[in-house]
Amino acid sequence: MYDIKALYEAASVAEAIRLLQEHPRAQIIAGGSDVLVQIREGRRAGAELVSIYGIDALRGVTFDGEGAIRIGSLTSFSHIAASPIIREKIGVLGEAVSLVGGPQIRNIGTIGGNTCNGVTSADSASTLLAWDAVVELTGPEGIRRLPIRDFYIRAGVVDLRSAELQTAIIIPKAAYEGYFGHYIKYAMREAMDIATLGCSVNVALSDDRKTIRDARIAYGVAGPVPMRAPSAEAAAVGRPVCADTVAAFARAVLSDIHPRDSWRAARAFREHIAVELARRALTKSIELAGGALDG
Amino acid sequence: MDKSTGKQYKLIHCTVNGKEREVMVDVRASLTDLLRNDFRLTSVKKGCEVGECGACNVIIDGECFNSCIYLAVWADGKDILTLEGLEGPNGEISDIQQAFIDEAAVQCGFCTPGAIMSAVEILNEGRLLSDEEIRIRMSGHLCRCTGYENIFRAVKKTMLKRLEAGNRKQE
Ligand SMILES: Cc1cc2nc3c(=O)[nH]c(=O)nc-3n(C[C@H](O)[C@H](O)[C@H](O)COP(=O)(O)OP(=O)(O)OC[C@H]3O[C@@H](n4cnc5c(N)ncnc54)[C@H](O)[C@@H]3O)c2cc1C
Ligand code: FES
Ligand code: FES
Repeated sequence: MYDIKALYEAASVAEAIRLLQEHPRAQIIAGGSDVLVQIREGRRAGAELVSIYGIDALRGVTFDGEGAIRIGSLTSFSHIAASPIIREKIGVLGEAVSLVGGPQIRNIGTIGGNTCNGVTSADSASTLLAWDAVVELTGPEGIRRLPIRDFYIRAGVVDLRSAELQTAIIIPKAAYEGYFGHYIKYAMREAMDIATLGCSVNVALSDDRKTIRDARIAYGVAGPVPMRAPSAEAAAVGRPVCADTVAAFARAVLSDIHPRDSWRAARAFREHIAVELARRALTKSIELAGGALDG
Repeated sequence: MDKSTGKQYKLIHCTVNGKEREVMVDVRASLTDLLRNDFRLTSVKKGCEVGECGACNVIIDGECFNSCIYLAVWADGKDILTLEGLEGPNGEISDIQQAFIDEAAVQCGFCTPGAIMSAVEILNEGRLLSDEEIRIRMSGHLCRCTGYENIFRAVKKTMLKRLEAGNRKQE
């Protein structure tokens, strides 16, 4: 038995908001792969929970009117990876979430939980940041949308107001069209392990594929929350597609990131692999975009 | 909510190994608790109870879940399959269970029911998986005895046998 004080089940978003208003101390449980483990560990023991797991309207990947990709917050990692829309438009997100835990975790874990937990090592987070994702939040005052980088406040804390829940993650058309990306998870094991460092890069090349039109890079575990590396991006945008550009881009990440020492890895080691992952992920992204480094 | 005890229950309906069930569940129970305690389905093991080892793995609506981190109330309306549900009408074991025996993929047996349910999910797809894909799909299970290689062989062998039998039928 879990040490749960009370459980309230919502069948719709409106009901979830009402239950959260009626029970201001209650916490949201989606797939529960963080929440239930934390209850078991004692960190969240005795919690009141509002379960949103039954809200099927929050599942699925679709296009909205403007060609943006809309991922319902309850969509599981395995369903994201299997979605034809994700495979065609932002395959790297499917690849990134396929590196979460193991198969059973990918069936229960949701993308909403993976972002609302505010965890820097979350495998979807760096890719969502690197693709300028927008977070949709629904609460008593209605719907608001904000860029995912503003959603993260500090380690474990995101911009969720009282009685609000995350209802979707949106990738605008301008953010994905013409871009190609790659995610690298550096961990000690190939499955069932948390990232020591995660790096997600994407690029858009000029029509002749000789110039980098845009480059975006984000890290997990390079700071208290997932973060972009703007100096690296500036070092690549408008530059020719060549090994020197890639090297300058990779070196520049060191002015942006501030990883820490932890039992998983030392700061110096994380900095070392951050540069190497940036180099590899950009090289791969350029390749996917049809560019060639040797000319 | 029962005011005197503070306990909260919910009546749920679900299908377990092909049988329709109606049961009153404590909202604090995990699906492992429900399957073991209420239905005596003791193939569902309590290992780590935090989603790490796969010993409690069952199939819900065709997908594998670690039942230790799945609330029992969520089983409402779901179709659940445990290892016991693989038994044939006369008590026979299934091809994948036999393959685990033949390939010595069972030693202490604690991880076996969970691992077999992941294999069942794979086999039900009815397609040929690469060795790499099989390894990835079986990666949610910890086994302290076999070294995994025999488990891998049992799954692959059964996959190939079933695909071959399917092809023969078509001819
Ligand atoms: C064995 C194991 C291995 C794991 N491996 C990985 C891994 O490799 N990589 C990785 O990134 N993660 C991993 N995780 C962590 C976890 O699976 C993910 O973070 C998952 O995405 C959490 O989603 P959930 O739906 O289960 O969240 P829950 O546990 O239900 O919720 C997580 C948090 O988000 C809040 N929340 C959830 N949904 C919403 C919403 N829609 N609106 C507002 N708040 C919400 C909850 O209140 C809670 O604070 C692992 C977990 C386990 C148990
Ligand atoms: S007992 Fe459920 S995963 Fe270990
Ligand atoms: S056979 Fe003993 S743990 Fe796998």
